[in-house]
Amino acid sequence: MYSEELRRKAARVADKKAAIGPDVDLGMFESAPVPHKYLADEELCELPEEEQKHLLMAGLDVTQKDRGGTYFQKDTSVIHCDSRQEGIEVLPIRRALEQKDWVRDYYWKLVAVDTDKYTAAAELNLHDGYVIRSLPGAKSIYPIQACLYLDKDSLQQNVHNIIIAEEDSELHIITGCATSPHLKKGAHVGISEFFVKKNAKLSFTMIHNWAEDMVVRPRSAARVEEGGLFINNYVCMKPVKTLQMYPVTHLVGEGAVARFYSIIVGSPGSEFDVGGRIFLKKPGTRAEIVARTISNGAKIIARGHLIGEVPEIRAHLECKGLILKGGVIHAIPELEGHVEGVEMSHEAAVGKIAQEEISYLMSRGLTADEAASTIVRGFLNVDIPGLPPQLKAEIDKVIEQSDKDMM
Amino acid sequence: MLFIEDLQVELGGKIILDHIDLEIRQGETHVLFGPNGSGKTSLLMTIMGYPQYRILKGKILFKGVDITNSPINERARLGIGMSYQRPPTIHGLKTRQMVDICSRGEAKVEDLAMRVNFQDFLDRDVNAGFSGGEIKRSELLQLLAQDPDLMLFDEPESGVDLENISLVGRTIATLLQRDHEGIPEVSKSKMQLKRERTKMGLIITHTGYILDYVNADKGQVLFDGMLSCVSNPREILTCIGESGYAECVRCIVKN
Ligand SMILES: Nc1ncnc2c1ncn2[C@@H]1O[C@H](COP(=O)(O)OP(=O)(O)OP(=O)(O)O)[C@@H](O)[C@H]1O
Ligand SMILES: [Mg+2]
Repeated sequence: MYSEELRRKAARVADKKAAIGPDVDLGMFESAPVPHKYLADEELCELPEEEQKHLLMAGLDVTQKDRGGTYFQKDTSVIHCDSRQEGIEVLPIRRALEQKDWVRDYYWKLVAVDTDKYTAAAELNLHDGYVIRSLPGAKSIYPIQACLYLDKDSLQQNVHNIIIAEEDSELHIITGCATSPHLKKGAHVGISEFFVKKNAKLSFTMIHNWAEDMVVRPRSAARVEEGGLFINNYVCMKPVKTLQMYPVTHLVGEGAVARFYSIIVGSPGSEFDVGGRIFLKKPGTRAEIVARTISNGAKIIARGHLIGEVPEIRAHLECKGLILKGGVIHAIPELEGHVEGVEMSHEAAVGKIAQEEISYLMSRGLTADEAASTIVRGFLNVDIPGLPPQLKAEIDKVIEQSDKDMM
Repeated sequence: MLFIEDLQVELGGKIILDHIDLEIRQGETHVLFGPNGSGKTSLLMTIMGYPQYRILKGKILFKGVDITNSPINERARLGIGMSYQRPPTIHGLKTRQMVDICSRGEAKVEDLAMRVNFQDFLDRDVNAGFSGGEIKRSELLQLLAQDPDLMLFDEPESGVDLENISLVGRTIATLLQRDHEGIPEVSKSKMQLKRERTKMGLIITHTGYILDYVNADKGQVLFDGMLSCVSNPREILTCIGESGYAECVRCIVKN
């Protein structure tokens, strides 16, 4: 009945191109299920060391130390899923859809199933995904880690995630997507729907660690209620063939706040079309989008769109790009005020490392190269108010690591 | 020792410094006066090695090494350091990290910061939104960490409030190994202290306030891109005050 309706809608758009971004022929990929054995806690730690390192760079710590729970999906199968904190639920979405009626109240409620062929694929051939929920008043001490891993060559992985922070709760998630070192090509289609309820706080830090021939099409949307805070961080320092996403957030309650931070370093041959769109629908809402992009020969489109629908809202968009070794950075900041009394601003810049700053650091004893990498590291080092230090450290670690590869 | 001979410097297609001769011996501190736009900052930047200041003629020696064409960091390594008039902001780099860079990781950052009352700024990005006076203290903090042998100060006391001026003055005196100069009674003889002193300084000042803390050995006036006279710094200051730069340069040159 209800789910049949979704399938019908999806089927109608099975070939519909996305509104933006290069079109991808999904026929190049296979999406038949790839079974993998479920791994117990100890078995996770027995994964090959190289794989562990790779996972760590996408935020997944197999030892689960300082983690409040884990969702780990390899190809199409869930290989580990548990919560270690009271008041926080972590479930595979397929099981949740079968066993928990309430999941249906969230499933496809923010992202339209008939958006394009990617949403259609996620409905028609859903592999799995996670449902993470913090119960009312629960506070996650340690972040929950979620990892979507691609191991099988030529696989198209379709996932759907639902994240719910109930009233007055606090939830932190670090989620990584990674591919195994031997994988050549693959596709990742990921639907994510975020619900931040009254006075709840949700931080979502996503680290992507793709391979050169990966096609990535996330589709996500969020809804933030009165007094809620949604922090959405995105870090991608590794090559990817094409990545296009334009997540939408609706601030629907008074005083709701959304902050988006993205850090992207694009290597030659990579194509990014990324950005965020935030609707400010109630007085007292605030939004901030900060993007830092570096091109080392990539093509990067950095979008940002803020829509102020009512008075007494504040929104700011900051989009800065550095072209270090060729490539294109195209910043598209958009502000849309619909009434008197909105306060919206943006700051966009695309350029190079300022010689004056290099000289300044050289006069303190650094070589020209050291000075340049210090400035680049500073450029990528954004303060993220409200993000737990542990998660900031995870981001710093990823930047530090790829800084070594980059310079 | 710093030794500059017949230096000619071009910036943006214009000769901004010409026929510059300057010698600062070990332990000496000189003060540099001159009207706005006369080329004082340019001279310091040229000594520091900023490539946009193109040296067309002449040479610069430091500690016997010809550094005329050396990159900035080599000069820094040889022991030249600068406190800037208008340093750039470096986003994402904390002042704490900058001090660490200056000291090559050896300084106790908090302790040094305490000396210039700058503890509260360590976790801010370098120079981001610093007020005029805060920039001066930040620059001094970096020099404290770097501990160079020749220090170039570009208007270290301008924009500094009355309370901080003595802090700034005393810190510069310490950096230049001249702490005793404000104190009348010192155990060692002045001659002995002078002999042991190795640090060199070149200080740009308009007001001369710094002379209350640092008893500079010589004063110079830069006028129209040329160094016009060498004399006692207080005399020069008085002369400029009474008759203006142009007159002052003429009268001292005549003498
Ligand atoms: N990029 C540039 N291109 C051309 N001329 C420049 C450039 N930068 C500075 N100048 C000029 O060089 C001259 C010397 O400037 P400098 O900053 O050295 O003066 P100053 O003596 O330090 O002045 P102040 O006392 O105001 O600090 C000035 O006339 C200035 O306008
Ligand atoms: Mg100047």
